Amino acid sequence: MYDASKIVVGLAVFVVLATSPLWYNALSSASPAAPELSQPTNGSTECVEETAFMRANHMDLLDQWRDTVVRDDVRTYTSEMSGKTYTMSLSDTCLDCHSKKDQFCDACHTYSAVDPYCWTCHVVPEEAQ
Amino acid sequence: MKNTRRGFLKFAGLSAVGVAGSTAVATRTRASQEHEPPATEGKRLALVVDLRKFAKNDELLDKITDACHRAHNVPDFSDDPKNEVKWIWSEDFETAFHSQEFHYIREDLKGKPTLLLCNHCDNPPCTRVCPTEATWKRASDGVVMMDWHRCIGCRYCVVACPYGSRSFNWKDPRKAPNLAEIDNTYPTRMRGVVEKCTFCDERLRRGELPACVEACDNDEMVFGDLNDPGSKIRRVLAEHMTIRRKPGLGTQPEVYYIVEDPRTLQEFAPAAEVFEEGGGHA
Repeated sequence: MYDASKIVVGLAVFVVLATSPLWYNALSSASPAAPELSQPTNGSTECVEETAFMRANHMDLLDQWRDTVVRDDVRTYTSEMSGKTYTMSLSDTCLDCHSKKDQFCDACHTYSAVDPYCWTCHVVPEEAQ
Repeated sequence: MKNTRRGFLKFAGLSAVGVAGSTAVATRTRASQEHEPPATEGKRLALVVDLRKFAKNDELLDKITDACHRAHNVPDFSDDPKNEVKWIWSEDFETAFHSQEFHYIREDLKGKPTLLLCNHCDNPPCTRVCPTEATWKRASDGVVMMDWHRCIGCRYCVVACPYGSRSFNWKDPRKAPNLAEIDNTYPTRMRGVVEKCTFCDERLRRGELPACVEACDNDEMVFGDLNDPGSKIRRVLAEHMTIRRKPGLGTQPEVYYIVEDPRTLQEFAPAAEVFEEGGGHA
């Protein structure tokens, strides 16, 4: 092999550069802190469904709410957890408890680098701004 | 009669023509029935505009338009007509009803501003062309609805609507100067979405009248259910001559306009000049 030393060095440099993000994360001690979500400010202790379910599936539930309200004109949701009924409304029901949008929705969405476009149209209630 | 090959073929040919003809007639009849306006299962909401009660340069028109546009956060880009977004607006009478081809039009109707909005047609062309079903005719009350989540901004509906009732958001509506302050109870739209009047479905749900009707002072607009024979709107329609926009298109618009003149023909001077010498052009 001609110029074996140059090629090997070049390959080594390439491998180090290509895997540098992995090294950087493994060696840097400070991993970004998981976001701390604000607790309901109105004293409410339960969500419309189990916390674990909401954490994993709130986006699907909101999609389902959206279609039911807009297309079927049905606005009342009955919780499978408690049997209580809620008005299906992002601005009114969700943000009634999670009134600090920036410390609840935005904190987690920023952390996980997702960019939902709910608020390009829907209006954040005044107290939640 | 003796059976011949010739006779048999004649008979078979005539029978074939007869069968084909009757099928075609039956298909045609069925097709014309399908173009009848579909009856809605529940209510059939409609609006009557009493044009007699609107004067020229009436402040009421602005008041009604404002009430609607403020309640629904409709962006005001009126400085550039290309960007204009409107749910309810006014046009002079001859333009609004140009298909009626009025000659020697009554003086008080000439150039009279006429309130226009989505007609919530019984046979809406806009919903047929929507590729995503973002607009549809609600079966429970006949309102032509919009799902702004689903609109992809193709603007087929804008082209299909013969009344100009649909507007496209060329610009981000939140950047409109009048939306610096937003009504918190209603969402805005985003750029690239078509919007129009929805007969205030959000207010109907709460048992309230549409914002335009509520802004009226003196029954200038009457809103109600056409499927209820005792409703006020049915009584108004039964007692007054009304016109609708572009009736020839078969869209069956559900916004009616009262234009009648309360005067009877006896109140005019007799038409004797036709026969008088020197009078008229006899």
